[in-house]
Amino acid sequence: MTLDQTQIWIVIAGMAFGTFFIRWSFLGLLGDRELPQWALRHLRYTAVAILPGLIAPLILWPSGTGGEPDPARLLAALVAFGMGMWRKSALWAIFSGLITLYAVQYLLG
Amino acid sequence: MTSEQTTSKSAFWEGYRDCAPFILVAAPFGLMFGVAATELGLSLIQTMTMTVLVIAGAAQFTALILLEEHAPTLIILATALAVNLRMAMYSAALVPYLGKARGRTKLLLAYFNVDQTFGVASVRLPVELQWTVAQRSAYFIGGGLAITPFWILSTYLGAAFGAAIPPEFSLDFAMPICFIAIIAPALRTLPHVLAAVTSVVAALALSWIPFSLGLLIAAAIAMVVGAQAELWLERRKS
Repeated sequence: MTLDQTQIWIVIAGMAFGTFFIRWSFLGLLGDRELPQWALRHLRYTAVAILPGLIAPLILWPSGTGGEPDPARLLAALVAFGMGMWRKSALWAIFSGLITLYAVQYLLG
Repeated sequence: MTSEQTTSKSAFWEGYRDCAPFILVAAPFGLMFGVAATELGLSLIQTMTMTVLVIAGAAQFTALILLEEHAPTLIILATALAVNLRMAMYSAALVPYLGKARGRTKLLLAYFNVDQTFGVASVRLPVELQWTVAQRSAYFIGGGLAITPFWILSTYLGAAFGAAIPPEFSLDFAMPICFIAIIAPALRTLPHVLAAVTSVVAALALSWIPFSLGLLIAAAIAMVVGAQAELWLERRKS
């Protein structure tokens, strides 16, 4: 698949400036102004509101199989999720997920 | 040595030491990002420029997925930056401790204001109230310099050698696994879980909307659900 090179560079530049500005915002510009409670209450959920919706289709219809649901990938996702929640650890999630993926793929041939 | 005698130099190394364990968390994400970016067709220069300037795994993965979906540039930027909005919260929380730092120092502090450095500093800075602003800055920058070089190096390794990994290893699935690894430990409270479930259901239900715009709408709904659930729980407690 071909990607538009100009688009990639614009995305990189925009993310670089935007992310830096967000990190610098209060520290460098807005100072002691407090974020209102309602804003904090919503900001707390930005990551968990975006990321699950972003990956759900990738888990159900993975690109590696041409969009066909795949038992090895589904099981790997479930194990990674369960271990990540149980151990509260990203490392556990990554390694348990990859091990499950390869084990099931090996067993199913 | 008592804390009063702590110089900026030793504060730097304390920050370095406190953040060092998180190298173990950052490095696998960097590696996976390097692999995923190469897999998608980004050049080594593009991958490294993004990883050095953005240093935010979740947002970088988000951009990759949306680039692959051929989403419009504005939507990609809006979604990836929305993922990073939580850092405005970090920035505000650091003001009482680092707001008096010099302008140029603040540029450096902002660059290093990532999940791990903030998480570590937000535990330590409120305890070390006798520290000068210079010591606090040194502590924070020490943490940043512990993690960032490994983040960059691991991305490089992933990007440089990822292409050599055969397709049997299903590296297309490295990205979803990384996201799960970010999300699952973050589901600490009922409102977080409700927001995540809403995000999945709404994103799937709205996937017919063109330009990957459905995801942003789903995210907005999920944020409101999380915030409202939190309010409801608070009211029930009091």
